[in-house]
Formats: sequence, C-alpha cells, structure tokens
Amino acid sequence: MSSHQEAGGNRAVGAGRSSMRSPGMRGGPLGGHGGMRVAEKARDFKGTMRSLIRYLGAYRIAISVIMIVAVGSTVFTIVGPSILGTATTTLFNGSMAQIAGTGTVDFVAIGRILLTVLALYLAAALLTYVQGWIMAGISVKITYRFRRDISEKINRMPLRYFDDTNHGEVLSRITNDVDTVSRTLGQSLTQIVTSVVSVLGVLIMMFTISWMMTLVALVIVPLSVVAVDLIVKRSQKFFKQQQDYIGHLNGHVEEIYGGHLVMKAFNGERKSIAKLNGLNSTLYDAGWKSQFLSGLMMPIMFFIGNLGYVAVSILGGLLAVRRVITVGDIQAFIQYVRSFTQPLTQLANISNVLQQTAAAAERVFEFLNETEEVPEAAQPTAITGSAGRVEFDHVRFGYIPEKTVIGDFSAVAEPGHKIAIVGPTGAGKTTMVKLLMRYYDVTAGAILVDGTDIRQFSRGDLRKTFGMVLQDTWLFNGTIMENIRYGRPSATDEEVIDAAKTAHADHFIRTLPHGYEMVINEEANNISQGQMQLLTIARAILADPRILILDEATSSVDTRTEVLIQRAMDNLMNNRTSFVIAHRLSTVRNADLILVMRDGDIVEQGTHAELLERAGFYAEIYNSQFDYASAA
Amino acid sequence: MTRLARYVRPYLPLLAVAIVLLFIQAYSNLALPDYMSRIVDVGIQRGGVAAARPAATLGASTPTSLQIHYMVQTGGSMLLLTLVAAGSAILTGLISARIASGLARDLRAAVFGRVVSFGSAEFDKFSSASLITRTTNDIMQIQMVAVSLLTMVFYAPIIGVGGIIRAVGKSSSMWWIIGLAVSVLMVVVLTVFRIAVPKFRIMQRLIDRLNLVSRESLSGMMVIRAFNMQRHEEKRFDSANRDLADTMLFVNRVMVVMMPFMMLIMNGLTLLIIWVGAKEVAAARMQVGDMMAFMQYAIQIVFAFLMLSMMFIMLPRAAVSAARVADVLETEPAISDPPAPENFDSASDGTVEFQNVSFRYPGAEEDVLHDISFTALPGRTTAIIGATGSGKSTIVNLIPRFYDVTAGSIVVGGRDTRNVTQEELRSRIGFVPQKAVLFSGTIGSNLRYGDEATDAEAVDQAARISQASEFISASPEGMDAPISQGGVNVSGGQKQRLAIARALAKRAPIYIFDDSFSALDFKTDANLRRALKQHTGSSTVLIVTQRVSTIRNAEQIVVLDEGTIVGSGTHAELMEKCETYREIATSQLSKEELS
Repeated sequence: MSSHQEAGGNRAVGAGRSSMRSPGMRGGPLGGHGGMRVAEKARDFKGTMRSLIRYLGAYRIAISVIMIVAVGSTVFTIVGPSILGTATTTLFNGSMAQIAGTGTVDFVAIGRILLTVLALYLAAALLTYVQGWIMAGISVKITYRFRRDISEKINRMPLRYFDDTNHGEVLSRITNDVDTVSRTLGQSLTQIVTSVVSVLGVLIMMFTISWMMTLVALVIVPLSVVAVDLIVKRSQKFFKQQQDYIGHLNGHVEEIYGGHLVMKAFNGERKSIAKLNGLNSTLYDAGWKSQFLSGLMMPIMFFIGNLGYVAVSILGGLLAVRRVITVGDIQAFIQYVRSFTQPLTQLANISNVLQQTAAAAERVFEFLNETEEVPEAAQPTAITGSAGRVEFDHVRFGYIPEKTVIGDFSAVAEPGHKIAIVGPTGAGKTTMVKLLMRYYDVTAGAILVDGTDIRQFSRGDLRKTFGMVLQDTWLFNGTIMENIRYGRPSATDEEVIDAAKTAHADHFIRTLPHGYEMVINEEANNISQGQMQLLTIARAILADPRILILDEATSSVDTRTEVLIQRAMDNLMNNRTSFVIAHRLSTVRNADLILVMRDGDIVEQGTHAELLERAGFYAEIYNSQFDYASAA
Repeated sequence: MTRLARYVRPYLPLLAVAIVLLFIQAYSNLALPDYMSRIVDVGIQRGGVAAARPAATLGASTPTSLQIHYMVQTGGSMLLLTLVAAGSAILTGLISARIASGLARDLRAAVFGRVVSFGSAEFDKFSSASLITRTTNDIMQIQMVAVSLLTMVFYAPIIGVGGIIRAVGKSSSMWWIIGLAVSVLMVVVLTVFRIAVPKFRIMQRLIDRLNLVSRESLSGMMVIRAFNMQRHEEKRFDSANRDLADTMLFVNRVMVVMMPFMMLIMNGLTLLIIWVGAKEVAAARMQVGDMMAFMQYAIQIVFAFLMLSMMFIMLPRAAVSAARVADVLETEPAISDPPAPENFDSASDGTVEFQNVSFRYPGAEEDVLHDISFTALPGRTTAIIGATGSGKSTIVNLIPRFYDVTAGSIVVGGRDTRNVTQEELRSRIGFVPQKAVLFSGTIGSNLRYGDEATDAEAVDQAARISQASEFISASPEGMDAPISQGGVNVSGGQKQRLAIARALAKRAPIYIFDDSFSALDFKTDANLRRALKQHTGSSTVLIVTQRVSTIRNAEQIVVLDEGTIVGSGTHAELMEKCETYREIATSQLSKEELS
C-alpha cells in the first residue's frame, strides 16, 4: 500500500489489485520496492514463452476459469460506482427538492440502489477470492512440478555437466528461478485480464457519463504512465548499480570475515576498512538515488491524478449546473478517473514482468533440456556373481573431446589384485575412478569387467559391483545408522552394526551422544574428518561389492584414527579386486600393479620392483621421499 | 532500537524537517476533500436549489458567473494544495532516502570496523557466518524499515488524527462508522496474520530443508550414483518439496483473503456512509458535499490504520535485526593494545619463548594447554607434533595474539606479546594458516598482502621457494592472473603454496607454518622444504604437523599430548625416550625409513 493516499476518490475500483506477493518469496533485500527491479531479459523470449505455455497446458481448464472469474469480478467492480452515483444523485435531488419544498428524499430508492451495489461488491469480492484461490493452487503446483522435474533431472545428468557448472547455480534454479516463475506468472496472468477489462470497462463507463470529461481525463491520465516510465528508466541505472555494489560489498565482508585470521596476521585491518569504505560510499549514493527516484513515482502520479481530479471537479461542476450530468455522475466519474491509472501502469509494466518470468523460466528450461547421460544399453547384460577381473583395453579419454588426457592405456587387474594409483597432486588420479564407475565414458577403447564392456551393463548393476570410499567423504543430514545403511537400504540394524565393527567405527559411535541414532548435522562437522571416513568405509563394507575403489589420503586425520582407518581398509580389501589411490608406501609396495599418473595420463605401469628398475618418473617420486625426509 | 540511538542522532535535524514536511503533506491532502465539498455544496447546490425553485428565473440552468468564478477559484486552490502536497512528499522521499541509506552506511562502517578489531574469541562467540549476516542482511533490514518508518509510521498517525478531526468536523454523528470499519479491518488483519505468521516460520524452515536436500544431492552425486540411490534421493526431495508445497498452498490461500476483504470493507464503508449520510442530509444536519468529503476522510483514516497494522508486523523483525547489530557494536574485543606500548628494538630477534603458558578457550570447562614452556631460537626449526586435539594449533595461534594466554606469558624478541601493539607484533611474523585463504585480486596482490611495497624480486623469490613459480608462469598473465573470491579458481595445493609464498614475501624474523604442507604431494613438499631451509636463514621457524617425515630433521621437536608437553628434543632423542613420539613415528614410517 502506498503511503501517499489519493486525496479523494474511492479506491474501490481495482483497489491495490497488484496481487499480494506470495509469502516467503521475498526478492533480494532491496530488490523489490516500487515495483522496480533491474529488468532481466530472456535470450529467447518467444521460445521460452511457448515452452512455458506448454508446461501450463495441464492447467488449461483452471486457467480459463480464472480468466472468466477475473472478467466477472472486474466488471462487477466497475459497474459499482456508476450505480452508486445514482444514489448520490437521488439524494442530492431529493435534498434540493426538500429545501425548495417540492419533495423529499426517496429513501426506498436509495436503499434499493445501495443493496444492489452491495450485492455487486460482494459478488466481486467473492469472485476475486475464487480467482486467488485457484491461482494459488496453480502456482504452488507449478512450483512443485518444476522442482520435482529439476531434482529428477539432476540424477540423469552426466557428471561432466557439473565440471563447469557450480552447485550454487543449480540450487538457485531450484529455489529462486522457480519461485520467480510461479510468482510472476500468477501475477501477470490475472493482471493481463483484469487490466484490459478495467481499462476498457472504465473507458466505456466514462463515456456514458460525459464524453467531454472523458476527453479531459484521457489527456491527463496517460501523463502519469509516461512519467512512471521515465522514472523507471532513469532509476534502472541506480538499481543496477545498487544491486552490483551490494554484491561487491557482501563479497568483501564474506571474504574478510572468512579469512580474518590471515587479515589480522598480515595487519590487513586498515586496508580492508579502506576498501569497505569505498564500496560503502558508492552503495550509499546508488542506494539513496534509487530509493529517491522510486519514491518520486507516487507523488508524481498523485499530482497528475489530482490534476485530473480538479479538472473533472470543475468541469463536472459546470456540467452539473447545466444539468448535463448529475452530481452522482461527478462522484462516479472521479472514481473512474482514479481507477484508470492503475491498470494502465500495470499494463505498461506487464511486459517487464513477463520478461522477468521468461528470464527465470529460460534458466529452468535450459537446465531441464540439457543433454542427459548416454542412454543405457538396450538389452543390458546381467552381472552374475562377478569374479572381479577388470581389463583396460586401449582406453583413450579426455574431459573435453578436444583434449585427450589418457592416450592409450591397457592393463589387466586379476580378481583379488590390488592396483595402486600414484602420482603428484593434480595428476588426475580420480579420473580412473570416474571411468570405472562410468561417471564418464571412455572416448575410445573399452573397460571390461569379467570380459564384458561396462557399457553393456546397466549403470545401476555396474555400480553395484563397485564399492567406493573417497577422501572427500559425503554424509547426509540424518542419523549415523541411516548413513551407514545407505550402502544397502535393506540391511538390518545388526548388519549395520556388524559393518561398523569391521570398519572399527563401532567403538567411537558408541561414545557419541545417542550413539547410532546421533544425527549428522547439516555441515557434517559434529564428527571429525577421520570418523567420517570410518563411516564411509562401514558403508562400503555393508554394500559388499566385488571391486573396490579407495582413496587412502588421510592428511587431516590424527595418527590413532589413521591406524584404525588403515586396518578397516585392509579388512575391506581382503579378497577383493581393489583400486587404491595410494598415499602410503606400504600400500604401494605391496600392490600387484602400480599405475603412475602425471598430468592426467598414465605414464608408467608395473610392480614396485619393475618400476624402480626402470628409473623413470616413479623412481623419482619414490626416491624423493628420502630426500624429503632429509630436507627438513 | 534504542541501542542504536547513537547512530540515529546525526540525522535528527533532517528527521525534524521531514516530520514538518509530513505535516504539511497531511494537511494539504486532508484539505482537498473539503474544497471538493465546497464545489458541490456552494457551487452546484446553490445554483441547483435556485433552479429547483419554480419562482426563479428561467435561465437558472446556466451557471452564474459568480458560480463559475467560485469553482475555478476553488479548483485553483486545490491545484495549489496538490502541488504543495506533491512537493513535500518528494522532499520527504529525498530526506528519508538519504537518512535510511546514510544510517545503513554508518552502521555498516561501524560494524565492519568493530568486527575487524575482533580477535578469534569474538569470532568463535558469534561465528563468522552470523557476523556476515549481521553486517549485510540485518543492516539492510534496518535500512528498509527506516524508509517505511518515515513514510508510513510517522505519516499514518498524522493523517489518521487529522482525518478524524476533519471527519468529526463534517459530521459528529457518523464517526462510529469509521470506528466500525477500523475495528472490522483490524480483526481481519490480525486474524489472517495470527493464522499465517506461524506458517511463515514453518515455511522458512521447509525452504531451508529443500535447499539442504538439494545441496546434498548435488554434493553427493558420485556417492548417490555409486550406491544407486537416485530413487531414494528423489523421494527424499519429493517429501521436502511436497511439505513445502502444502504449506505454501495453505498460506497463499489464507493470504488471498486479504485483498477482497479489504476491498469489501472499503466499499461497504462507502455504502454505509451514503445510507446514514442520506438520512442526515434529509434531516438537514449535513450537506451532500460534506457527506462526500466525509467519505474520503473515512477512507484515509482506515488506510492509516491499515498501514500502522502492517508496520506492527514489520517492526518486530527489524527490532530483532537492530538488536543483533547492537550486540556486535557493544562487544568489546578481549584483546586490545596496551595504553603505553613498548617497541621492539634492534636487539630484538626472532626468539619465541613460552613461559608456563596455560590456555583455556572462552567458555570452556578445561584448559587445552597446561603449563607449556619451550624456547624457539632464531636460525632453527622448532616442530610441534601431536594427535588431533592435542593443542598444536592452539600454541601457534597464541603467538600472534589471536588469543591471549590464560596464565603464563609468551615473550617474542624480548617483549611480552601483550606489551607491544598487535600490529607491531604481527609485522614480525610470517604466518601460514592451516586453511589456506586467498583474497580476491591477483596472485601478485595476494603475495603483497603483507606489504604493498614489497619489491618484485622479493615476491618472485617467495614464489620460487614455495614452488609456485611454475604454475604462476604457466598462465600468460603470470602474477596478474586473477584470484576469484575465496580463491576457488586455484587448486588446493596451489592455494597452499601461494599462502606460503605470501608469508615468505614478508621476510619476517619468525615464520609459523600451521600444518601447511598437507595438501602438497611428497615431491613438492620436499623441494619446498629444501628451498625454505636456505631462505629462512636466521629466522625462527615453527612448524605444526602430523607427518613425522616432515620434521625429522628439525633442531627441536616438541611432542604434545592432550595439552601437555610429553617430550622435546631431536628425532633421534625422542625415538629413544618418548613413547608418544615413537608411537606416532612407527605408525607412519616403515622400519627401514626410521633407522
């Protein structure tokens, strides 16, 4: 509601029809006042709108009902003032007659008119509510459906997609963009109808009262639309600037608070304050200017509105004296002039709103239309009691097609063998993991499990054969029991506890508050890194896979826990073919096959002894350990 | 809100001007209906009455020049009033925009300045996430409320009271209609909010839940697929999604009651006024124009109340934000510079001496460090080793005074650390934190973070020693390669090497490495260490680590267990006499390497 009330005039007609924003869906902190935001444009407006309309197809009946109801409520509201005017006229004439001594006020007639109008208003209110009720249902359903589609889509996307799209972006599509679409869609759908009907209806009503007054009104009212448009254009710049600087400033604050230890250690206080002050004063300028400009809108519209009001009052007065129109007509006309501005501004603004809708919808559809994982083999080969023999047959691979990282790699892992993957940081050791699990497909050649190309299996079956324990542990917000059971949902409590015992996790779990029922919090920081790793090992043990993929790194784990992890991993690897991203010398030396990686490629392979003899890259790395010890 | 009064004070004069303007604006707005009623009552009615009299002249239906003159004159006054109202509204808008933005700017600067002075103890108390929200969102909240405070909260009572005075002036017998409308409105607004507000809170929680589930399914993508749990995740998401949708539907459907209801109340109000007013007019207690004016006053009054009630819903939220901001501003950092600081002199070297130091985290029940004493000498490497939670990092965090010792003292270069300024103390320390943090800018700006005047040669050398030159020169921009916020565009190992280079570029008498080599592979680590040894020359080097191999050749190794020193000496000595050290070492190195 604006603070600057129109001085006169009943606000009944279309009063504040600018739909209430759905709760809990606030825009950015300073995003939305005065209905002005930085306009965003969709790249392909038409195409997006077409997709959106198709998406809305399911609700076509409900939407038609909304349209009809909206027309009804608007018409009822518009007719009101005109009929009400006759009551005023009856009163006016009656009272004049009374003064003149020629008659009395006809209360029966006035009462009848008032009741009629009351009925109209009641009907209008009821219809508005019905319209709001249905619309709320539709927008909630759309929100729900979009979100469900996105969440299912995530699971069908190739991992490759997420290499260069960060999670924040996807999250913002699930929350903000979907929100924007459903909110603005609800708003614009009803507004288009009500605004058009209002403008036409009011125009007709005005003409029936007096064409002369209507012409005067038509000259004045559009002024406000022009004024609003001008202001919006001018203030866009400042809104944009404000939005940008809020971003910069928040970024700076986050950075300094997050790194305050470093900032203090390097005496960076003054520097960071100076930077904040710079950002802060720009934000201040942009802030008050945009605020002021958007604040201009109301008084100016109000002023122009009053121009019309005064003009209509005088002209109406003159006409009334001439008996061309009645006093009630003036009253009604004033109301119409007042209610003419709003739908006009709304119509002027609707293209902006639709642009917003399209921009957000485009991002959502873009995601929904991304290429999905390569489809499963048509008749997937079933995996039966896999022995666990893995063969790499002339594998070639690159994350992007133009850039091959693995040239031509062949090797065989016999059942029960241990394969160590070694190499410096950033050499691409996890690439092997991603290929084995078919997160990525090889560019050429093939990976075979027990003689069958892994692309012949269904992904689900293939991955069931593998167990994976990564350094980057992942636990979800749930109890420890649930987190371990994730490895095999059908496992009983006893089986879960047995797995925890094998993983040497049982003991520490029991020392935690609530034991197995302790809930891992959202940041997963209420248990230590090492404990998390033990839980993921228990999870893999429970899944009981034929082939294992392990990441040994335990850099942030204390020695005692490390010993436990080591033992747990040894338990796990027992009798299983295992691929280990090795960090421990003992693991490397005992491996049946060592794959040495460098810059993404596998540069050497062989056993420890063979590789040392070759005196290549592996020997260099291995010998540097002693170097390393003596360097300190 | 009163706790922030200090920050509002500079704006009081402007505020006073704004309030005067609001009065002018309200007066003009309220005067308008009065003029309109005069046009009706005097202008039209007099003529009309004359016309209605059969005795009057036949030309009565033509307005007299007096009537026209009166109407035009009245119209002119109305325009003038409108202009005054618009003018004062614009000025109020200008003032309120400046006050609100200015207040926000001042608060932001004050909060940021305060937080920057905070030590780790205050960061632990508030958590940095919460401090960020307080500096950004909470202040935004206050700014938004400040704007509406001026244009709504102050304006509404003025227009409300003024409207009532005027309305009663028009008809003292009809004010009950306004009372009725206001009470019905209040009941509806309050009921709707009574029902909806608790649901808003639930909804916020459900939105958080949805976010959490989506975040988890993104971050755990590999694991989820590894265990074929896609269906399960979809179900988890679906239940969060459905809960949110159900609550949203309920709240939306409650909220859509508001609009038609308010319209109905307004319209009903008009109808009632006409009905009652008609009787008054018939009884000659009132004129038609007065009735029309009354109607407009009534609507303004009702709107004033509506605005006020909206504000009462907004204000508590802003009050919470204000309190959160005030909490920060009122917190005095536990560590401050001494009133008469000592200075380091030419005799001060890099010696770091712990004298019977005990330390307890604020609010903790037990000390984490007990009676720690050792001396780290210049030109030597002192290593601190121990299990997680043994207090290794705590020790080195005490040296730059991130925390103050609970008992005992730390002497650096012959001065108790509490007797010199923090700035001077820290300028003597090259610190590499456990978690490598880079700031947005370029590689060069990060390496020069300690001192912008560091020459290119020193920066290059630091990069070389930290084994960073190779990847720096690999990019065409070299030192000018951009670092994005949080340093997300460089890998963990690169980040760590840059953090080390940043400390080395300071050429400080003391270097502290808090478990800073963990993200490096063995080879890089070895090269770095060898280069480091040459560079640090006469500086004191303190290294916290878990890897025995990292520190095997340190001149002094301090072994910590549960906050106490259980041994100190060289690798060989400790292997002999220290059980804890032996335990750590054997778990990491094979026999042949230990010998």
